[in-house]
Amino acid sequence: MSAMEIEREVNRSQMQVSDKVAIEIKDMNKWYGSFHVLRDVNLTVYEGERIVIAGPSGSGKSTLIRCINRLEEHQSGQIVVDGTELSSDLKNVDKVRSEVGMVFQHFNLFPHLTILENCTLAPIWVRKIPRKEAEETAMHFLEKVKIPEQANKYPGQLSGGQQQRVAIARSLCMKPRIMLFDEPTSALDPEMIKEVLDTMIELAEEGMTMLVVTHEMGFAQQVANRVIFMDAGQIVEQNEPTEFFNNPQSERTKLFLSQIL
Amino acid sequence: MNDLSFVRTEMLPERDPPPSTTGVIGWLRKNMFDGVWNTLLTIASIGLIVWVLGHILPWIWSPTWNAGSLDQCREIVGASGKASGACWGVIHERWPQMLYGFYPAELRLRPTLAFFLLFIALIPVLFNMISRRMNWFLLALVLFVATFFTASSALMIVVQIVLAAAVLYIGYTLVANSGSDRAEQIAAGARRLPNPLIFTALYVFLMPWLLWGGTIWTPVGAALGFVIGWLVFRLLAPVLGTLTAIILAFAAPVLWWLLLNGLFASAMHAILPFGLEPVESRQFGGLLLSVTIGVTAIAVSLPMGIVLALGRQSDLVIVKSLSVIFIEFIRGVPLITLLFVASVLLNIFLPPGTDFDIILRVIIMATVFASAYMAEVIRGGLAALPKGQYEAADALGLDYWKAQRLIIMPQALKISIPGIVSTFIGLFKDTTLVSIIGLLDPVGLSNSIRADTNWNGIVWELYGFIALLFFIFTFSMSRYSMYLERRLRTDHR
Repeated sequence: MSAMEIEREVNRSQMQVSDKVAIEIKDMNKWYGSFHVLRDVNLTVYEGERIVIAGPSGSGKSTLIRCINRLEEHQSGQIVVDGTELSSDLKNVDKVRSEVGMVFQHFNLFPHLTILENCTLAPIWVRKIPRKEAEETAMHFLEKVKIPEQANKYPGQLSGGQQQRVAIARSLCMKPRIMLFDEPTSALDPEMIKEVLDTMIELAEEGMTMLVVTHEMGFAQQVANRVIFMDAGQIVEQNEPTEFFNNPQSERTKLFLSQIL
Repeated sequence: MNDLSFVRTEMLPERDPPPSTTGVIGWLRKNMFDGVWNTLLTIASIGLIVWVLGHILPWIWSPTWNAGSLDQCREIVGASGKASGACWGVIHERWPQMLYGFYPAELRLRPTLAFFLLFIALIPVLFNMISRRMNWFLLALVLFVATFFTASSALMIVVQIVLAAAVLYIGYTLVANSGSDRAEQIAAGARRLPNPLIFTALYVFLMPWLLWGGTIWTPVGAALGFVIGWLVFRLLAPVLGTLTAIILAFAAPVLWWLLLNGLFASAMHAILPFGLEPVESRQFGGLLLSVTIGVTAIAVSLPMGIVLALGRQSDLVIVKSLSVIFIEFIRGVPLITLLFVASVLLNIFLPPGTDFDIILRVIIMATVFASAYMAEVIRGGLAALPKGQYEAADALGLDYWKAQRLIIMPQALKISIPGIVSTFIGLFKDTTLVSIIGLLDPVGLSNSIRADTNWNGIVWELYGFIALLFFIFTFSMSRYSMYLERRLRTDHR
């Protein structure tokens, strides 16, 4: 699989990383039954960072970011998101979830609601924003992902790329401080990958904190300021992208890169 | 010639399909005369239909409408020279009884009104194409017409004038506003009428009052029970957590209804007496009984089924096992045994002198029975939803109840519509089983009619008529479910 070429010039001027911690993961472990999926993961994410997580399938990269908004529970260690520690306390979990947006591989739009309703549902019911205001915000973000004209259609009427952009807009409507992307382009036709990546680049340029699980190494090279390589449930190597791609240290990383680039 | 290169210079335009595949001829050819074998089958089928109808229609077409007994029917049929003919005199004579049973003849306006109001109460629940204005118009019209059948009194005349004014006013605005859409109407200063669902909620308490009569304070007290439940939930939810508050919000109204509502109603009635003449459950019968049991059980079994289905999927061990035990036990016994428990055994277990209405007992059993099936139908819908829907709802920060209400249930119920309506239809037909415990639904009545010496020996006409009555209801439900499925289809596949 070759890396996707991103032709546009990425504007890095806004993409500064602050020294404020957004996510802190300490000695985190997770098991599925007796299978040890995540082993002693330590990761600190600063505000404004764009982190790409790469690795072979089954390496635990999706599980890792799904732990950050507790779609998966971790069994030991500590995850602190934006100052709130994730525990079995549901209040904290809901608080973190409303601050962390997530985009899924299969979009997971709500098929019984229109695009606009998909985008306004959470702001109205979770943030308690008046409907009118929520609709204005939604239209703003739909314009940003370049599909305002589809607002009154249903997800089933849109192409995969359009649906994924709606999914991004839906997350943005909650005004999250952190965005998680779980293989956002893996279920898309090649022609549509670019439109989704463009949207993500734009988001990065505005300084959003992003954690992206992806196989799009072109995106990693151009946008990320850190690439994390995972294998067998642990972080094997992390570095800034140029170093990571040109001068990988571990044998496992070298093997992985030789196969996908 | 080895030129593999090809470049299209112009795109082909769209063309009409060949005429033999479209229109009536195309349809006939494709569906009825597609080859020798299918043509033969078509002709044979038409022949069979003609033969069957040729025998049945002359039997139905029999001028026995005014006959007073089976013997008279036979005379009329014999005189017309036919070998056999239907005896419709029995339907003509017993028609009111088939509809109302032994409900007092002078009070039959009440169940009739309740029946028509039922449709008006259902409109805002079932359809979205009828405007609020139209809904209120129909309500005012039905009430206005109903007043003409009541004994006239000064109060009734005032009510009539008020209703007439309402009919005229809403009717006028309906006509005046037709053709402009809602935004224009609001811009023009048209008053927005209240949501007709208010009437639907009121109807829940109005229906038993119209049917059974008695003091108005009993239904008012019953409604108060829901207010109590809501208040308990509102006040306790922030303190005790949602689940505990929900359990208490269920328990409080039940206590109110069982222990205090009777006292409340009689005390209020002593202060402000207002009521309708009471009718006993034993006097109910015919289609009135079937519809009362059927509609109530249908309306209650859906929400109960939802709760049970969610309970069965719950992570809370006690909630889950209670739901599973309930569903498996109720689904595992025949409805008829439950009805016998309701009619015979309950009286043995209840303290002597307890007056627990027989229709209410039957409704409870039918509801419980249907809700167990309903729970499993809805669980099927829940299972069909992709896990991603739950995850997306979670990831947006929706809590369990909001996710269920806004994301999961609308989709799960939509998937389950055919199953839900099948359960409804089954439940409605099962109401005929009450004839076995001595209630006089249409089937129970047919037995007593056939015991009458005048009609001894009549079978087809009576059962055919009952079948037709039930078919009208069940077929409407089935068509409605298809309409609803079409209306809710948003996946565009």
